[in-house]
Amino acid sequence: MNPDSTNPDTTNPDTTNPGNTSPDSPKPDGQVTSDRTPESQAAGEGSTGAHMPPLERSVVGSVGVALIGAGLRSARPLQKLVLGGVGAGLTALAATGRNPLATALKIRQNAQGEVLVSDAVTVGKPAAELYARWRDLARLPDLMTHLQAVEVLDGRRSRWTVKAPAGTVSWEAELTADEPGQRLAWQSLPGAAVENHGEVLFRPAPGDRGTEVIVRLTYRPPAGTAGAVVARLAGEEPAQQLRDDLMRFKREQELGFAPTTQGQSSGRAATGGPA
Amino acid sequence: MKAIVWQGTNRVGVETVPDPTLLLPTDAIVRVTSTAICGSDLHLLDGVIPSMERGDILGHEFMGEVVEIGRDVKNLKVGDRVVVPFNIACGACDPCRRGLFSACDNSNPNHRMAEALYGGVSGGGLFGYSHMYGGYAGGQAQYVRVPFADVGPHRIESDLRDEQVLFLTDIFPTGYQAAEQCGIVPGRDVVAVFGAGPVGQFAARSAQLLGAAHVIVIDRVPERLAMAAAAGCQTINYEQDDVLVALREATGGRGPDHVIDAVGMEAHGHGPGALADTARQRLRLSFDRITALRWALLSCAKGGTVSLPGVYGGLIDKVPMGAAFAKGLTFRMGQTHTHRHVAPLLSRIEAGEIDPSFVITHRATLDEAPDLYRTFRDKHDGCVKVVLNPWG
Ligand SMILES: [Zn+2]
Ligand SMILES: [Zn+2]
Repeated sequence: MNPDSTNPDTTNPDTTNPGNTSPDSPKPDGQVTSDRTPESQAAGEGSTGAHMPPLERSVVGSVGVALIGAGLRSARPLQKLVLGGVGAGLTALAATGRNPLATALKIRQNAQGEVLVSDAVTVGKPAAELYARWRDLARLPDLMTHLQAVEVLDGRRSRWTVKAPAGTVSWEAELTADEPGQRLAWQSLPGAAVENHGEVLFRPAPGDRGTEVIVRLTYRPPAGTAGAVVARLAGEEPAQQLRDDLMRFKREQELGFAPTTQGQSSGRAATGGPA
Repeated sequence: MKAIVWQGTNRVGVETVPDPTLLLPTDAIVRVTSTAICGSDLHLLDGVIPSMERGDILGHEFMGEVVEIGRDVKNLKVGDRVVVPFNIACGACDPCRRGLFSACDNSNPNHRMAEALYGGVSGGGLFGYSHMYGGYAGGQAQYVRVPFADVGPHRIESDLRDEQVLFLTDIFPTGYQAAEQCGIVPGRDVVAVFGAGPVGQFAARSAQLLGAAHVIVIDRVPERLAMAAAAGCQTINYEQDDVLVALREATGGRGPDHVIDAVGMEAHGHGPGALADTARQRLRLSFDRITALRWALLSCAKGGTVSLPGVYGGLIDKVPMGAAFAKGLTFRMGQTHTHRHVAPLLSRIEAGEIDPSFVITHRATLDEAPDLYRTFRDKHDGCVKVVLNPWG
């Protein structure tokens, strides 16, 4: 690594370059400031990501930067993207100083071994409308492509069916909270193949930006953590699906359709390949 | 139809591909009458921008005639003559409603790809500019599908020639936004522009339109510097002069009040790794990825603005942040919000304040385009800007 490129683990940020010291940088004696995001804030509730020792961290960071470089140099577009993406992930990981295996795939777990997934999106529509769209459970499969069906059994109970690698999986769930325009929460009923619970919050965004939609899911992967890792690598993991579902929801509400390039003209179609 | 197709790193070709069709009711099909090669197309040629796929149709600067519209298109009709902004925006999301069209939340179908690389956010889609930016087919072709047809295309009703309005699709608004975001105080502020390519030329002339007291343009290619000088700009050839010394002298030791880096990563003809090495060896022979930015920060006056229309794609190090901090500089950057500049800049063209066709040095057919990509990349033959006629 180039000696000029300051490694945050081995160099005190206050002593990097005396010539460029900013006017407010002298600190009271003994007070050492960190230029990094506090891990405790970034990690959030229920995280198992252990702190990485400095050496490990700089190694992970170097590998990350190298992968970004390799990705950029690669002649193959997909390889370029994958290497670049993994490299960016490792670099970010080193920057926050958290355990690679638990964190690289961004899988968060609580003490009970359940996996936590959450994401949020701002949608330019009033909370009441968005709540109403979500509350119509039977129509959720339009938004969530991995959902095959939601069958409403009564005011509180519903039966959920999802596509799985081998056929389908289904379970019953009940609403545990229903606050119109604000919040929905649910829990799977005993005996569910994938035990899960979660909530959707609808919160007015500041200004005229509409509504912040926050989804928090907790589930117990069928094959434990390994199952969650494999599912994540296969692109079948709820965190990715949730992100896609929220963007699909936003686009349905703001545009009324999803933008697409499927079926457009290209030099691939001319040679018999997919457009 | 005929189209310019990306065939792999450093390979573009002319191919016969299927005509585009309407894919959504909000689409239009435009018969392209003029299109151009952009400096940022060269980043695709080089393979610097990831996620290109063999067979992708290139081109994001184009105009033409509407030949078909989807049933939900309200603002256009068949026969309209339009210029089409290079970025694709939905017009409905919060960034679009705030005029931040290039930051559209909704127009990129491949949002996940961009989010993975850029910290969980994706910009809007771009025509002909990699799958990370949506994978939309571009306009270096005889026809092009234009999504969100009520939002992007702007009708040209006067009898201005294509060459006078074509650059409203990208390089004129891009140069203009670079100058506008400097917050130039008319009659007082001195503006320096690094890079005298097409965007640099428009940035310099836009700074003049916005009342800059003096504009200085820095490059090494004589034809480009002559073009800037013709507009009344002072020029500095960085191969002949020490840039920082020349700028101090030109500004009474203050430095330019605002500096525009119209170079960006400029990695033509090299992979980034190779580029970094050659740049170190040839520091005074070519702008490398960071030289222009470094000069910009070091030369800019106290309290000034560093405006970056040049494209940066990844990580850079050795940025002189101490200088930027000590002088209290403001950084403004980002992809152009083209849509919001088209109407006001068209008015300036109609009023005769500027004729953007000054920048054109080469005119060609689609069949000649692959050769001209190379001519433009190598800055041979005085090449500053190439316009293509898809029907020639
Ligand atoms: Zn362009
Ligand atoms: Zn938008």
